[in-house]
Amino acid sequence: MIRRVLPHGLGRGLLIRRPGTRRGGFSLDWDGKVSEIKKKIKSILPGTSCDLLPDTSHLPPEHSDVVIVGGGVLGLSVAYWLKKLESRRGGIRVLVVERDHTYSQASTGLSVGGICQQFSLPENIQLSLFSASFLRNINEYLAVTNAPPLDLQFNPSGYLLLASEKDAAAMESNVKVQKQEGAKVCLMSPDQLRNKFPWINTEGVALASYGMENEGWFDPWCLLQGLRQKVESMGVFFCQGEVTRFVSSSQRMLTTDDEMVILKRIHEVHVKMDHSLEYQPVECAIVINAAGAWSAQIAALAGIGKGPPGTLQGTKLPVEPRKRDVYVWHCPQGPGLETPLVADTSGAYFRREGLGSNYLGGRSPTEEEEPDPTNLEVDHDFFQEKVWPHLALRVPAFETLKVQTAWAGYYDYNTFDQNGVVGPHPLVVNMYFATGFSGHGLQQAPGVGRAVAEMILQGSFQTIDLSSFLFNRFYLGEKTQENTTM
Amino acid sequence: MWDLVLGDRRINSLRLVARMWNGTRGIHRLGGAVVPEGNQKKERTMLQFLTNHFYDVEALRGYLLQREMSKVHMKNRFRDKEWIRPDKYGHFSPEFWNFQEVPVEAVDASDCEINYEGLDNLLLLKELQSLLLQRCPHVDDWCLSRLYPLADSLQELSLAGCPRVSERGLACLHHLQ
Repeated sequence: MIRRVLPHGLGRGLLIRRPGTRRGGFSLDWDGKVSEIKKKIKSILPGTSCDLLPDTSHLPPEHSDVVIVGGGVLGLSVAYWLKKLESRRGGIRVLVVERDHTYSQASTGLSVGGICQQFSLPENIQLSLFSASFLRNINEYLAVTNAPPLDLQFNPSGYLLLASEKDAAAMESNVKVQKQEGAKVCLMSPDQLRNKFPWINTEGVALASYGMENEGWFDPWCLLQGLRQKVESMGVFFCQGEVTRFVSSSQRMLTTDDEMVILKRIHEVHVKMDHSLEYQPVECAIVINAAGAWSAQIAALAGIGKGPPGTLQGTKLPVEPRKRDVYVWHCPQGPGLETPLVADTSGAYFRREGLGSNYLGGRSPTEEEEPDPTNLEVDHDFFQEKVWPHLALRVPAFETLKVQTAWAGYYDYNTFDQNGVVGPHPLVVNMYFATGFSGHGLQQAPGVGRAVAEMILQGSFQTIDLSSFLFNRFYLGEKTQENTTM
Repeated sequence: MWDLVLGDRRINSLRLVARMWNGTRGIHRLGGAVVPEGNQKKERTMLQFLTNHFYDVEALRGYLLQREMSKVHMKNRFRDKEWIRPDKYGHFSPEFWNFQEVPVEAVDASDCEINYEGLDNLLLLKELQSLLLQRCPHVDDWCLSRLYPLADSLQELSLAGCPRVSERGLACLHHLQ
């Protein structure tokens, strides 16, 4: 009882935030005072367990305007842009709920960290171009007072995509679209390839596209930490917990064609703490699903997909976790400093790592070879049988190499068309998606974050039009698919 | 400035100082120049002389600096002609327009605050042979990745003292063969 009285007396947020945080700047030593009071009560009434002033600092606030499920790069990017584009300072209360603060399984930290503009869809190219300029000016976007500037360790070495005979025509038209959108990409013939990169074996390669600017790889952890610091300084709440339930209300409405639709609105999010049954209901206005590989579970909690198949109610969010392995090897005679990230015709890719003749790479398995996504154990046999032969064929120097280490991570794989899902759900009207990017989420995160924030604050996409990434396409069956070889 | 050396009170004593001060010395090291004897007694009158002729010691420094600069200008010539400079209104002489077709061969942007967007202007110079970007504070790896259009003509590139360039940017200079 006192627990509910106190917040009203002393202002919301005192019980939640620790004193001395940047936003409040209290000089009260609240934690110290609480422990003193508890000691006094214990000395007066020995034997009572003091649950009059329980410690709720680990719980999220009871009310929040926006709840972002998932604290990876996409979730933090949406939080950042919401706070940046809000019309009044402190106007929106944002809560980011992340299940694992160590990010041990999050796709962001385990990612290879590449950014490139060589897509076939104009929206993807624009997103990557914006992300490149965001990363270039990252210290203007994410500057925090008294914090050192961020060093993303960006390697502007570019991407080299190789195409066989049958993909060459598609690659040419893609490069034309990319050039129209402003990406600096050039086409190379096998002879030019051999001149420029003497270590490459151009057997089976008909055409190659090489990105010259704004392409390369960087450190995703640095971006994540930078976003996290900036977002905390802007006043976003963080909570370590798992979303277990949505409490929503439904409304029956008639469409213009006199069809009955049931529109749902989420009112509360139940956030459960780690290793306990304690949960906190958070009243919210908008929920953003940025849970990456686990987005489908969150969507199922909201009732998306519960209905007869083939209808809009029955359309599930087609995002599932897919495991991808990355291997690091050492090859002293390998390609030199000018190596871009090379993506072979077979789907194998590799890039240089550091200055010590180390390389990292992997390959996307075919549908039949898909590994089991229940754990993140690395399959070394896959490297021996399915990756190494292709690498050795493309780069003869890789015939002698020694694998140093390897790790595995999840793609939030969109089984429908391998492109992201952005925007509100047609029936659950206050759930917005920012997930399903199937391996290129990191490089598009700044652009997608801005798009979702614009959708929420202004009702439509203002800068980059991502209407072809809305949820509706799963029901209507319209695929926005890339036809690149990546 | 009080240890300014003046041989005597005549006006051409100032010229004496300017001649001894060659370009390698800074203004503050004037005191290290030759000290003629008999100087000490006349110091108080030197100060009076100085304050009579110059309303401000800064103006004296400016005057000396201008003298020095004009000497430097005499020494460096652009193709045996004077450097083309704007006049006091900031306008260039009409002969400047004759040079529109002449390709720019060398750009010295040392100590200049050029940044990523500023390189747009330099990349249009298709016949650039020498580009000096020494000690530019905003030139970083992203800027280096933009230099590939100059690959055909560029012979000399200097990035000495740029604090933001790292080995990752240098790795993408392989375009400039």
